[in-house]
Amino acid sequence: MSKPDRRIDIEEISGVTVARLLEKKILDEANIEALGQELFALVDKDGRKKIVLDFTLVEYLSSAALGKLITMHKKVTTAKGKLALCSIQKDILDVFKITQLNKVLTLCTNLDEALTKF
Amino acid sequence: MTNPVKLEIMIPSNTADGLGAQEKLVSLMEQFEYSMRDVFAMRLSLEEGITNAIRHGNKFADDKSVIIRCDISTEKMRVVVVDEGAGFDPEDVPDPTLEEFIERPCGRGLMLMRAYLSICEYSDGGRCLTMERERNSPLPILED
Repeated sequence: MSKPDRRIDIEEISGVTVARLLEKKILDEANIEALGQELFALVDKDGRKKIVLDFTLVEYLSSAALGKLITMHKKVTTAKGKLALCSIQKDILDVFKITQLNKVLTLCTNLDEALTKF
Repeated sequence: MTNPVKLEIMIPSNTADGLGAQEKLVSLMEQFEYSMRDVFAMRLSLEEGITNAIRHGNKFADDKSVIIRCDISTEKMRVVVVDEGAGFDPEDVPDPTLEEFIERPCGRGLMLMRAYLSICEYSDGGRCLTMERERNSPLPILED
């Protein structure tokens, strides 16, 4: 069970780390900073290289949150790993398309599809 | 029919108060029964506009405030955000979709506001942002 102050819930599936984002609104600056630290630790501290970020619960995110995702993508790529994002709600998907980050990040319809990317 | 409402909020230069102001304005939109799509668009724009005023405008200075003026009716919502910073030229903000900037972790807020708003204009040397969204405004056509 997750600790209440955590921003992600982690599960290992077939050698892939699935990190479920627990916040509905990734807007507040302090929250975004804390989320970034938890995500970066998966690579920098735990040495994980195959990571899926599950967005099922996420209803809002700001450009500052996008910034953390780009930094995460760079960290995983530098570590010669792979990052995929899945289960992104329509409104959020539009944000990725408007900023054209759908061309940089691997976006998948659901977790099953994301797991095939590794 | 709900009568138009005017509201002015002055906040210190911290993002927690910015979020509080944002929540008040979103509640107003819900009272006026704007669609989920309109609320999503305006909430995102408010977050970007108010955070920019606090972070880049006032640079989190304790002695500077941000003023948020809102006019809402059944047809549209108009929000003006004024900071006390040095200002900036929006033309100097690079296009974050260009290849050389696409992997930069910052610089997408202005682009998102322009996409989601009917009007997104800076005046007074970049210290005053006017945001307006008409009810049920379309989004840009997005390619898959």
